[in-house]
Amino acid sequence: MHKKNTFLQKLKAWVNGEDTLLHADEYIAKRKQPQPKQWLRSPSVEKIKSNRALYSFLCVLVAMVFITIMMVVVSELPTFGNASNPGNNEVMERYLEKGIEETGAINFVAGMILDYRAFDTFGESNVLFLAVICVLMLLRRDSKNISAAEEKEIAEDEALDAVDHKSILQVGAKYLSPVIILYGIYVILNGHLSPGGGFSGGSIVGGGLILYAAAFGHQSVQRFLNFRTFTWISVGCLLTYFACKSYSFFTGANHVGYTIPKGIPGHILSAGFILPLNICVGLIVACTMYGFYALFTKGDI
Amino acid sequence: MEHINWIHNIPFFSIFLAMFCGIITPLLKKGSIARMVHTGMLCVVFCMSVLLLLNVYQNGESFTFMMGHFPAPWGNELRAGPLEALMAVTFSAVMLLTTVGGASFIAHDVVPEKQNFYYIMLNALFGAMLALTYTNDIFTAYVFIEILTIASCALIMAKGTAQSMVGTTHYLVISLLGSGMILFGVSILYSITGQLLFPQMKEAIIQLVASGQYTFPLLVVTGFVFIGLAIKSALFPFHSMLPGAYQAAVPTSSGVLSGLVLKSYILLGIKLIYSVFSVDVMLQLKIIDILFVFGLAGMVMGSVYAMRETRMKRMLAYSSVAQIGYIYMGIGMASRIGMVAACFHILAHAVTKSMLFLCCGQMVEDSGGKEQIYYLRGAGFRNPLAGIGFTVGALSMVGVPLFVGFISKLYFATASVYAPGKMAAVLIVLGISMVLNALYFLPSVIAIWTPVKKENETQTRISVSPAFGVCIVAFVFLNIMLGIYYRPFIRIIEMGIILLQ
Amino acid sequence: MTHLLINYYEAASVILFGIGFMNLLLQNNLIKKFIGLNIMDTAVYLFLAAQGYITNRVAPILTHGIVDADYYINPVPAGLVLTGIVVSVSVTAFSLALVQRLYKHYGTLNMDEIMRLSREREGE
Repeated sequence: MHKKNTFLQKLKAWVNGEDTLLHADEYIAKRKQPQPKQWLRSPSVEKIKSNRALYSFLCVLVAMVFITIMMVVVSELPTFGNASNPGNNEVMERYLEKGIEETGAINFVAGMILDYRAFDTFGESNVLFLAVICVLMLLRRDSKNISAAEEKEIAEDEALDAVDHKSILQVGAKYLSPVIILYGIYVILNGHLSPGGGFSGGSIVGGGLILYAAAFGHQSVQRFLNFRTFTWISVGCLLTYFACKSYSFFTGANHVGYTIPKGIPGHILSAGFILPLNICVGLIVACTMYGFYALFTKGDI
Repeated sequence: MEHINWIHNIPFFSIFLAMFCGIITPLLKKGSIARMVHTGMLCVVFCMSVLLLLNVYQNGESFTFMMGHFPAPWGNELRAGPLEALMAVTFSAVMLLTTVGGASFIAHDVVPEKQNFYYIMLNALFGAMLALTYTNDIFTAYVFIEILTIASCALIMAKGTAQSMVGTTHYLVISLLGSGMILFGVSILYSITGQLLFPQMKEAIIQLVASGQYTFPLLVVTGFVFIGLAIKSALFPFHSMLPGAYQAAVPTSSGVLSGLVLKSYILLGIKLIYSVFSVDVMLQLKIIDILFVFGLAGMVMGSVYAMRETRMKRMLAYSSVAQIGYIYMGIGMASRIGMVAACFHILAHAVTKSMLFLCCGQMVEDSGGKEQIYYLRGAGFRNPLAGIGFTVGALSMVGVPLFVGFISKLYFATASVYAPGKMAAVLIVLGISMVLNALYFLPSVIAIWTPVKKENETQTRISVSPAFGVCIVAFVFLNIMLGIYYRPFIRIIEMGIILLQ
Repeated sequence: MTHLLINYYEAASVILFGIGFMNLLLQNNLIKKFIGLNIMDTAVYLFLAAQGYITNRVAPILTHGIVDADYYINPVPAGLVLTGIVVSVSVTAFSLALVQRLYKHYGTLNMDEIMRLSREREGE
């Protein structure tokens, strides 16, 4: 190897890989060894972590400083439960005083999240939808993420599941899951009248489905909720939600006719779009909750 | 129906169109149809945004759009002006070129039955970016930040390799920390102002500052929100999530994430500075100086890290860290011209970095999947188009005249004159950073154009998909066009920032 | 200091946030890390919910037909918490799915171990 004096020659050598890297693997191996140019390297996380005590101490210190700062902040914040706090202003007054007239819902929170600030809630149901798609991407069995050994394991599990009697669970689930699902439906349908709504009711329905699936196996749920129906329900409900909201946003923003009857406040068929929206959200959430369970346990819906 | 102002409906239409495409994509059976839907959506949004931009620029106006039947403090609101419209145009154009040009990577890296899921995420990501651009409500911003987080993590892990899972976990934990900070900040802000919409919040904050109430909580809140945004946009000390994630992801995802997603958080930060916290309050609270210092540190450290890197994608990721540092430095100068430079750099970096990632992905693929720069020697001859794209991108990043990177650096230097007390720091660090940029970009450019003689390998020319070729040519063209014909864009940004105040 | 005792909900939520944060930093087990994140989220919801409360008022659902803003507590934080909870559920599901995939690949939940293994395999 010739001597490399000028910068250009060195650069050329580096580019050509002559320097010490005749073979890239050697080069990589060499790079891992400690080098004299230590000042360029920041203190690596691994090294700090290897000094466990110091690391823990630093973490505790950071958290303590944080808590102290926040305590000072809290001690300066508005008094808890005081009616004259900044949050209790004209915004809240209108929600409470005109809410029934303007949305038709006697649950002011439902009126607020599904009518006044519906754009946030639309985003929120999209978050849920994206999460279930992500879990599908991660856990649904495909050619890349499953091996023959796992396939065998799952088959064994299913065989064991089939011979297992699970009598207590099955008897319990037989009587409990209809009641749970019914209660969930009640909560969904009364979202605009009482505490509850799409999300809470949907999770209860989802819980009932999970109990049913745990007791009687996935096949029994698959009779009415397979991947196809799952997709159609989720997409259909989101599309309904989307259609309702884009109609109301469009008409609202452009001040054109908006003719959705509000009904008589307090009746089940009232509050304009809030009831259908609650049903949509409830269905999506129920499917999603069950979908999470099925994907985590079995890798498929 | 004749009194509807259709132009004012464009922000709403574009967000909802993106969301709609995301929702219907699971019903499409094949990835190719999903791709067409996605491309069509981007084209439509691009055309609409251009229309909006021309309109607001001609009228010199910005407007708010009521989302629903209830006016400002009660309902949600969107706001659009020249700056927002320009960003929407940039986002849709760059996203279009990146996803069309990178379609072959998606087809190659993602399992066929899950390709339409990938496109759902792209659609949702785009919708969320538009929503962050147009929103005028801080809680809506939080919700869409979460959508952006989930979608970007999904884009990283779509490849399905173990390495991408590790990268995603890292990215997810750090992003969630960032959104947790933002949420905490938003809740305290709500508790001291009682408002969620930007204009009302700004009024309340100005009153608070004038009356001297809640000074310390306000300081902490501002810190929380901006640290959260800095974590999410990978400002220097919080950058550790980028290299692993970008290295492991599909090149298309890396291009979209580093070119656009990081920028949408910064754009939200700029909007917050002007329309919530107002520049005077920010200066009084010294938060903006902290951003400035971290920006400077990021400019140097990002380049130093990039120099030490032998793998090309990681090098590009670290170079993103440096470029994010530039943008924060521009914001930190707290003058209007500094902000203009920062916004223009958002544009410049979006156009350049996406192209760099695409070209780098193509060259790595052509060189047998090895990404050490050593193995990429001669990659420019194997795939000349990707090589040219990479060269143009690298030159632009270094700041060679004629390319867009030069203009933004010129504006940063000009802006420093108007920032008393910061001028020396800006100029020195700018100089150091440009030299460092040159030191790691030029060797890699030389490397890819170094002919390599191998005895046992026959030189095979790899066929380039036409879509990739068209997109790279378009990117190069955009790069040079923005580098020469930049004045109108600067004027638009200036007008947008004036209207934002 | 007395104010801190009156604002005890907020104080508790801040301490919880700190605990969650420490959990996130100190735990090596991925699931415990995500539990830490969840604690942080929940702390913020406690904080938000406490913002809405007003002494001697009832939940924001029409009772006895009284339409008066001075009779009910503030509904806005409740709505924000609802939205936030959904977000945190989604994120938790996503992160747990990731953990499951990582466990399948590496056979461990220890973050350091996973980082080490992934670096080793990458170096090949």
